Amino acid sequence: MAGARVRIGSGAGFTGDRWEPAVELVEQGGLDYIAFECLAERTIARETLSLRRGQGSGYNPQLEDRMRAVLPAAAAQGVRVLSNMGAADPLAAGRKTAEIAAELGLADRRCAVLLGDDVQDAVAARPGLPLMETGAPLESILPRMAAANAYLGADAVASALETGAPVVVTGRVADPSLFVGPIVHALGWSFDDYARLAQATATGHLLECAGQVTGGYFADPGVKDVADLARLGFPFADVTDAGEVTIGKCAGSGGRIDAATCTEQLLYEVGDPAAYVTPDCVLDMTDIAFGETGPDRVAVSGARAQARTDTYKVSVGYFDGYLGEGQLSYGGPNAVARARLAGEIVAERLRLRGFAYDALDASLIGLDSLHGPGVGRPEPYEVRLRVTGRTQDRKAAEAVGFEVAALYTNGPAGGAGDAASVREILAVQSVLLPRDLVHPRVEVVDAC
Amino acid sequence: MMTVRDLAHARAGDKGHSVNVSVVAHDEAGYERLLRELTEARVAAAFAALADGPVRRFPLPGLGAFNFVIERVRGGGVTATGALDIHGKSLSSLMLTIPLPGNEPEG
Repeated sequence: MAGARVRIGSGAGFTGDRWEPAVELVEQGGLDYIAFECLAERTIARETLSLRRGQGSGYNPQLEDRMRAVLPAAAAQGVRVLSNMGAADPLAAGRKTAEIAAELGLADRRCAVLLGDDVQDAVAARPGLPLMETGAPLESILPRMAAANAYLGADAVASALETGAPVVVTGRVADPSLFVGPIVHALGWSFDDYARLAQATATGHLLECAGQVTGGYFADPGVKDVADLARLGFPFADVTDAGEVTIGKCAGSGGRIDAATCTEQLLYEVGDPAAYVTPDCVLDMTDIAFGETGPDRVAVSGARAQARTDTYKVSVGYFDGYLGEGQLSYGGPNAVARARLAGEIVAERLRLRGFAYDALDASLIGLDSLHGPGVGRPEPYEVRLRVTGRTQDRKAAEAVGFEVAALYTNGPAGGAGDAASVREILAVQSVLLPRDLVHPRVEVVDAC
Repeated sequence: MMTVRDLAHARAGDKGHSVNVSVVAHDEAGYERLLRELTEARVAAAFAALADGPVRRFPLPGLGAFNFVIERVRGGGVTATGALDIHGKSLSSLMLTIPLPGNEPEG
């Protein structure tokens, strides 16, 4: 494959991402592949829950909108589409995708579905596995488990591409692997060629949050400006057979790509930069360098990697009670003192009513709700009281918003604009599962 | 007094029960000063109201950047917290407020 090059675009960086930049990339970007990363840590547990309760499809709620927007251009341009939008039910997502392709009149409606990330049975049989976050045994959360999904790797993604289907839909896959799979597949690399896998993994990591490498989540007006942020374009990467990587975006799209945006994104959600563990390798970022080779073009070099580990990381989602919340705003003279008094009153009334909470917190939006208490901050003109109560008791959770709203006629002067909510808490912890207990497999679905 | 914001930019991301905040220096002199003054202890003090720690600092001289990993964010991090900013994503801005009281101004 000497002289070969593949171009892969990033079509989404999170569940609710925009899709106009993806359409722009597919139509104008000269892509070979586009990958949509749409699966946050808790998303599968949430989708599993809505599926069980008959409240949702089990896959990404925006799958239909995205596929309808992207598939016609992808078919016309010969761009293959990958996404983890399958979430808790990749097979249903694949069938829906094939159905949409048929409705759009596309010739090839096949969708390769990657399965095998659901490992609830395998983890349930191993209650002694230690939780990575706390060290406690898995059995402490097993009775409340909602979902358990292994982060599958690029080898599994590549096996789905080998079917030749124009679209690949997966459930849980490690975010960079959704990009590494097509790169390795296209260039015919081996999954133990760690020098090349390192460059591919760095590429996947830079692309996986889409607009976050092209100037999204970056602007600080007057200090770090981003041109035309409203029309922020999404990135693509050119990867050569030698492992040379260049990040770019479509001419005319908004945003910027330079060493600064790439450095922020390289370190995003990273622990030890010398040991970034994916299912494909253990990436060492410490000698990565960014070279600005042209306008909105950055060359990436210096990634190294160690061999992959013999385990898969598994996210275990579980029910962890309820979060009750109430909000009320105060403005004008002494707003902070009135809001503080209001928060104290709510806590006392909840206590007098006999409710107990794992945590009951009051903060003031506008003053200390994001960064906690701090010294020397100016007092804002208006603040919004936010009271939250975490509890296993749904009624106790409901009482939080109730007591905040009751402040209207029973609290300090001038409270306004109440809001209340109760939500079920889906928590996530992780375990490591030996590779031989996880069995990725591919099924191709077609429209009838 | 000079703050981190005068020398660098930052981005935060969640890691479950911990949060990471990158600090990217605008130039080499800024990196050298941050290397001396933006210590794990100073960052831990700034984040004391939000996290139990410890704080680990990973310098990346080739990129002129640091990665800080702040452990044990209160409330269980992204997975189970009642905090408004469950991902800790706004903490990059808190990092930028940290004062650097050392020899100023240098370079």
